[in-house]
Amino acid sequence: MSPAVSVGAVEALPIGAQPSTDPDPESLAWVTALQASAPGRDEAIARLHELLLRAARFEVNRRRVTLPHLRGDDFDDLAMQSADDALVAVLAKLGTYRGESKFTTWVYKFALLEAAVKLRRRAWQARELPLEPQVWTLLPTGGPSPQASAERSELFGELQAAISTGLTPHQREVLVAIALNGVPIDVLAERLNTTRGALYKTLHDARQKLRAHLAGRGIRIGAEAKEEA
Amino acid sequence: MSRREDELLRALLGPEGPELSCEECFELLDRYVELEVAGSDADRAVPGMLAHLDGCPACHEDHVSLRALVRSDTSG
Repeated sequence: MSPAVSVGAVEALPIGAQPSTDPDPESLAWVTALQASAPGRDEAIARLHELLLRAARFEVNRRRVTLPHLRGDDFDDLAMQSADDALVAVLAKLGTYRGESKFTTWVYKFALLEAAVKLRRRAWQARELPLEPQVWTLLPTGGPSPQASAERSELFGELQAAISTGLTPHQREVLVAIALNGVPIDVLAERLNTTRGALYKTLHDARQKLRAHLAGRGIRIGAEAKEEA
Repeated sequence: MSRREDELLRALLGPEGPELSCEECFELLDRYVELEVAGSDADRAVPGMLAHLDGCPACHEDHVSLRALVRSDTSG
Protein backbone atom coordinates (compact mmCIF):
# COMPACT_ATOMS: atom_id res chain seq x y z
CA MET A 1 0.00 0.00 0.00
CA SER A 2 1.32 3.43 -0.84
CA PRO A 3 2.01 5.67 2.12
CA ALA A 4 -0.44 8.49 2.74
CA VAL A 5 2.36 11.02 2.91
CA SER A 6 5.05 10.91 0.29
CA VAL A 7 8.07 11.58 2.47
CA GLY A 8 10.39 11.17 -0.47
CA ALA A 9 9.18 14.48 -1.88
CA VAL A 10 11.03 16.49 0.75
CA GLU A 11 14.25 17.88 -0.63
CA ALA A 12 15.12 20.80 1.63
CA LEU A 13 14.78 21.51 5.32
CA PRO A 14 12.96 24.68 6.29
CA ILE A 15 14.80 27.68 7.63
CA GLY A 16 16.11 26.98 11.10
CA ALA A 17 16.28 23.22 10.72
CA GLN A 18 19.54 21.69 11.84
CA PRO A 19 21.86 19.75 9.53
CA SER A 20 22.39 16.03 9.94
CA THR A 21 23.83 14.91 13.25
CA ASP A 22 25.55 11.72 14.34
CA PRO A 23 23.05 9.22 15.72
CA ASP A 24 23.31 8.12 19.35
CA PRO A 25 25.00 4.70 19.81
CA GLU A 26 21.74 2.78 20.15
CA SER A 27 20.32 4.36 17.00
CA LEU A 28 23.55 3.74 15.11
CA ALA A 29 23.38 0.08 16.16
CA TRP A 30 19.88 -0.17 14.72
CA VAL A 31 20.90 1.35 11.39
CA THR A 32 24.02 -0.82 11.18
CA ALA A 33 22.11 -4.01 11.95
CA LEU A 34 19.51 -3.24 9.29
CA GLN A 35 21.96 -2.72 6.44
CA ALA A 36 21.46 -5.19 3.60
CA SER A 37 24.81 -6.90 4.16
CA ALA A 38 24.73 -6.90 7.95
CA PRO A 39 25.07 -10.25 9.74
CA GLY A 40 22.00 -10.97 11.81
CA ARG A 41 19.86 -8.63 9.72
CA ASP A 42 16.85 -10.94 9.88
CA GLU A 43 16.92 -10.81 13.68
CA ALA A 44 17.15 -7.01 13.56
CA ILE A 45 14.19 -6.85 11.20
CA ALA A 46 12.19 -9.05 13.56
CA ARG A 47 12.99 -6.70 16.46
CA LEU A 48 12.07 -3.71 14.31
CA HIS A 49 8.74 -5.30 13.49
CA GLU A 50 8.07 -5.81 17.20
CA LEU A 51 8.79 -2.14 17.78
CA LEU A 52 6.48 -1.08 14.95
CA LEU A 53 3.74 -3.40 16.16
CA ARG A 54 3.95 -1.86 19.62
CA ALA A 55 3.53 1.61 18.12
CA ALA A 56 0.67 0.49 15.89
CA ARG A 57 -1.12 -1.09 18.86
CA PHE A 58 -0.61 2.12 20.82
CA GLU A 59 -2.40 4.05 18.07
CA VAL A 60 -5.14 1.48 17.64
CA ASN A 61 -5.86 1.52 21.36
CA ARG A 62 -6.04 5.32 21.37
CA ARG A 63 -8.59 5.33 18.56
CA ARG A 64 -10.54 2.22 19.49
CA VAL A 65 -13.52 4.25 20.71
CA THR A 66 -14.00 5.75 17.23
CA LEU A 67 -14.78 2.28 15.86
CA PRO A 68 -17.24 0.73 18.33
CA HIS A 69 -18.51 -1.78 15.76
CA LEU A 70 -15.14 -3.51 15.35
CA ARG A 71 -14.10 -6.58 17.34
CA GLY A 72 -10.84 -7.22 19.12
CA ASP A 73 -9.56 -9.37 16.28
CA ASP A 74 -10.20 -6.55 13.81
CA PHE A 75 -8.04 -4.21 15.86
CA ASP A 76 -5.30 -6.83 16.10
CA ASP A 77 -5.40 -7.26 12.32
CA LEU A 78 -5.27 -3.50 11.76
CA ALA A 79 -2.26 -3.18 14.04
CA MET A 80 -0.46 -6.06 12.34
CA GLN A 81 -1.17 -4.68 8.84
CA SER A 82 0.06 -1.28 9.97
CA ALA A 83 3.27 -2.75 11.37
CA ASP A 84 3.83 -4.76 8.18
CA ASP A 85 3.35 -1.70 5.94
CA ALA A 86 5.45 0.47 8.23
CA LEU A 87 8.26 -2.09 8.11
CA VAL A 88 8.34 -1.87 4.33
CA ALA A 89 8.32 1.93 4.50
CA VAL A 90 11.08 2.11 7.12
CA LEU A 91 13.39 -0.24 5.23
CA ALA A 92 12.79 1.71 2.02
CA LYS A 93 13.56 5.01 3.76
CA LEU A 94 16.42 3.81 5.95
CA GLY A 95 18.93 5.83 3.96
CA THR A 96 17.06 9.06 4.74
CA TYR A 97 17.42 8.68 8.53
CA ARG A 98 19.65 11.58 9.55
CA GLY A 99 20.05 10.87 13.24
CA GLU A 100 18.18 14.01 14.32
CA SER A 101 16.04 11.95 16.66
CA LYS A 102 16.34 8.52 18.22
CA PHE A 103 15.90 5.76 15.68
CA THR A 104 12.96 4.44 17.68
CA THR A 105 11.18 7.81 17.50
CA TRP A 106 11.87 7.99 13.77
CA VAL A 107 10.34 4.58 13.11
CA TYR A 108 7.38 5.15 15.44
CA LYS A 109 6.02 7.84 13.15
CA PHE A 110 5.78 5.38 10.26
CA ALA A 111 3.75 2.91 12.31
CA LEU A 112 1.53 5.62 13.80
CA LEU A 113 0.84 7.06 10.35
CA GLU A 114 -0.04 3.69 8.86
CA ALA A 115 -2.34 2.85 11.77
CA ALA A 116 -4.00 6.26 11.83
CA VAL A 117 -4.72 6.21 8.11
CA LYS A 118 -6.15 2.70 8.25
CA LEU A 119 -8.35 3.57 11.22
CA ARG A 120 -9.65 6.78 9.64
CA ARG A 121 -10.45 4.97 6.44
CA ARG A 122 -12.15 2.15 8.32
CA ALA A 123 -14.26 4.65 10.24
CA TRP A 124 -15.46 6.20 6.98
CA GLN A 125 -15.76 2.96 5.05
CA ALA A 126 -18.99 2.77 3.04
CA ARG A 127 -19.98 6.25 4.17
CA GLU A 128 -20.88 8.84 1.60
CA LEU A 129 -18.58 11.83 1.85
CA PRO A 130 -20.38 15.12 2.53
CA LEU A 131 -18.97 17.45 -0.11
CA GLU A 132 -21.63 20.18 0.12
CA PRO A 133 -21.73 22.84 2.84
CA GLN A 134 -23.90 21.62 5.70
CA VAL A 135 -22.82 24.10 8.25
CA TRP A 136 -24.30 27.42 7.14
CA THR A 137 -27.72 26.61 8.50
CA LEU A 138 -26.14 25.67 11.82
CA LEU A 139 -24.62 29.08 12.40
CA PRO A 140 -26.21 30.99 15.26
CA THR A 141 -28.15 34.01 14.11
CA GLY A 142 -28.06 36.08 17.29
CA GLY A 143 -25.19 38.07 18.75
CA PRO A 144 -24.10 39.87 21.90
CA SER A 145 -24.95 43.23 20.32
CA PRO A 146 -26.51 44.49 17.09
CA GLN A 147 -23.09 45.69 15.89
CA ALA A 148 -21.36 42.40 16.66
CA SER A 149 -24.18 40.49 15.04
CA ALA A 150 -23.94 42.63 11.91
CA GLU A 151 -20.15 42.23 11.70
CA ARG A 152 -20.44 38.49 12.13
CA SER A 153 -23.12 38.26 9.47
CA GLU A 154 -20.97 40.27 7.09
CA LEU A 155 -17.93 38.08 7.79
CA PHE A 156 -19.67 34.77 7.24
CA GLY A 157 -21.66 36.17 4.35
CA GLU A 158 -18.46 37.17 2.59
CA LEU A 159 -16.91 33.79 3.35
CA GLN A 160 -19.93 32.02 1.93
CA ALA A 161 -19.77 34.19 -1.20
CA ALA A 162 -16.05 33.54 -1.62
CA ILE A 163 -16.53 29.80 -1.25
CA SER A 164 -19.37 29.81 -3.75
CA THR A 165 -17.80 32.00 -6.43
CA GLY A 166 -14.12 32.56 -5.68
CA LEU A 167 -12.79 29.00 -5.61
CA THR A 168 -12.30 26.42 -8.31
CA PRO A 169 -14.71 23.47 -8.08
CA HIS A 170 -11.88 21.27 -6.78
CA GLN A 171 -10.81 23.83 -4.17
CA ARG A 172 -14.42 24.18 -3.04
CA GLU A 173 -14.90 20.42 -2.81
CA VAL A 174 -11.74 19.98 -0.73
CA LEU A 175 -12.37 22.95 1.54
CA VAL A 176 -15.96 22.01 2.21
CA ALA A 177 -15.19 18.35 2.86
CA ILE A 178 -12.22 18.89 5.16
CA ALA A 179 -12.81 22.25 6.83
CA LEU A 180 -16.59 22.33 7.03
CA ASN A 181 -17.69 18.73 7.13
CA GLY A 182 -14.80 17.12 8.97
CA VAL A 183 -13.88 14.51 6.38
CA PRO A 184 -10.37 13.19 7.23
CA ILE A 185 -7.88 14.26 4.60
CA ASP A 186 -6.62 10.68 4.14
CA VAL A 187 -10.15 9.47 3.44
CA LEU A 188 -10.74 12.20 0.89
CA ALA A 189 -7.36 11.52 -0.69
CA GLU A 190 -8.25 7.87 -1.16
CA ARG A 191 -11.65 8.68 -2.69
CA LEU A 192 -10.15 11.27 -5.04
CA ASN A 193 -7.15 9.06 -5.86
CA THR A 194 -4.59 11.60 -4.70
CA THR A 195 -2.30 12.20 -1.70
CA ARG A 196 -2.65 13.96 1.62
CA GLY A 197 0.05 16.43 0.61
CA ALA A 198 -1.63 17.33 -2.67
CA LEU A 199 -4.98 17.85 -0.97
CA TYR A 200 -3.48 19.98 1.76
CA LYS A 201 -1.86 22.18 -0.90
CA THR A 202 -5.30 22.62 -2.43
CA LEU A 203 -6.77 23.41 0.98
CA HIS A 204 -3.98 25.91 1.64
CA ASP A 205 -4.58 27.67 -1.68
CA ALA A 206 -8.32 27.83 -1.03
CA ARG A 207 -7.73 29.32 2.42
CA GLN A 208 -5.41 31.93 0.95
CA LYS A 209 -8.13 32.91 -1.52
CA LEU A 210 -10.64 33.31 1.30
CA ARG A 211 -8.21 35.49 3.25
CA ALA A 212 -7.54 37.60 0.16
CA HIS A 213 -11.28 37.98 -0.43
CA LEU A 214 -11.84 39.21 3.12
CA ALA A 215 -8.90 41.60 2.86
CA GLY A 216 -10.31 42.93 -0.38
CA ARG A 217 -13.56 43.69 1.42
CA GLY A 218 -11.70 45.45 4.21
CA ILE A 219 -12.55 42.74 6.74
CA ARG A 220 -9.70 42.20 9.17
CA ILE A 221 -9.29 39.00 11.12
CA GLY A 222 -6.83 37.38 13.52
CA ALA A 223 -3.69 39.38 14.33
CA GLU A 224 -4.71 42.20 11.97
CA ALA A 225 -7.99 42.67 13.79
CA LYS A 226 -6.25 42.64 17.17
CA GLU A 227 -3.75 45.27 16.00
CA GLU A 228 -6.59 47.42 14.76
CA ALA A 229 -8.43 47.09 18.06
CA MET B 1 -17.45 35.56 18.44
CA SER B 2 -18.59 32.27 19.93
CA ARG B 3 -16.21 29.36 20.33
CA ARG B 4 -17.98 27.48 17.58
CA GLU B 5 -17.69 30.40 15.18
CA ASP B 6 -14.04 30.82 16.10
CA GLU B 7 -13.37 27.14 15.35
CA LEU B 8 -15.23 27.46 12.06
CA LEU B 9 -13.13 30.46 11.07
CA ARG B 10 -9.91 28.65 11.98
CA ALA B 11 -10.95 25.66 9.91
CA LEU B 12 -11.88 27.79 6.92
CA LEU B 13 -9.00 30.24 6.97
CA GLY B 14 -6.20 28.09 8.40
CA PRO B 15 -3.09 29.43 10.11
CA GLU B 16 -2.01 33.01 9.45
CA GLY B 17 1.72 32.54 9.07
CA PRO B 18 3.93 30.41 6.84
CA GLU B 19 3.53 26.71 7.43
CA LEU B 20 5.16 23.44 6.49
CA SER B 21 3.62 21.06 3.99
CA CYS B 22 2.35 17.65 5.12
CA GLU B 23 5.49 16.04 3.68
CA GLU B 24 7.79 18.41 5.55
CA CYS B 25 5.76 17.90 8.72
CA PHE B 26 6.22 14.14 8.52
CA GLU B 27 9.91 14.55 7.78
CA LEU B 28 10.53 16.72 10.84
CA LEU B 29 7.92 15.43 13.29
CA ASP B 30 10.22 13.04 15.18
CA ARG B 31 12.77 15.77 15.86
CA TYR B 32 10.07 18.26 16.81
CA VAL B 33 8.48 15.84 19.28
CA GLU B 34 11.77 14.94 20.94
CA LEU B 35 12.52 18.63 21.43
CA GLU B 36 9.06 19.12 22.92
CA VAL B 37 9.41 16.18 25.30
CA ALA B 38 12.87 17.40 26.33
CA GLY B 39 11.40 20.82 27.15
CA SER B 40 13.33 22.61 24.39
CA ASP B 41 11.95 25.33 22.14
CA ALA B 42 10.67 23.06 19.39
CA ASP B 43 8.78 25.83 17.61
CA ARG B 44 11.91 27.92 17.26
CA ALA B 45 13.92 24.96 16.01
CA VAL B 46 11.29 23.89 13.49
CA PRO B 47 9.58 27.02 12.13
CA GLY B 48 6.27 26.49 10.42
CA MET B 49 5.50 23.26 12.29
CA LEU B 50 3.11 24.77 14.84
CA ALA B 51 1.17 26.59 12.11
CA HIS B 52 0.83 23.41 10.10
CA LEU B 53 -0.31 21.38 13.09
CA ASP B 54 -2.92 24.08 13.68
CA GLY B 55 -4.14 23.89 10.09
CA CYS B 56 -3.98 20.17 9.33
CA PRO B 57 -6.18 17.96 11.54
CA ALA B 58 -4.56 14.71 10.37
CA CYS B 59 -1.00 15.87 11.05
CA HIS B 60 -2.21 17.28 14.36
CA GLU B 61 -3.50 13.84 15.36
CA ASP B 62 -0.26 12.19 14.25
CA HIS B 63 1.68 14.69 16.34
CA VAL B 64 -0.39 14.06 19.44
CA SER B 65 0.05 10.30 19.07
CA LEU B 66 3.81 10.41 18.54
CA ARG B 67 4.29 12.77 21.48
CA ALA B 68 2.21 10.50 23.72
CA LEU B 69 4.14 7.41 22.63
CA VAL B 70 7.53 9.04 23.15
CA ARG B 71 6.42 10.33 26.53
CA SER B 72 5.26 6.86 27.52
CA ASP B 73 8.73 5.54 26.59
CA THR B 74 10.40 8.31 28.57
CA SER B 75 8.27 7.81 31.66
CA GLY B 76 8.41 4.01 31.46
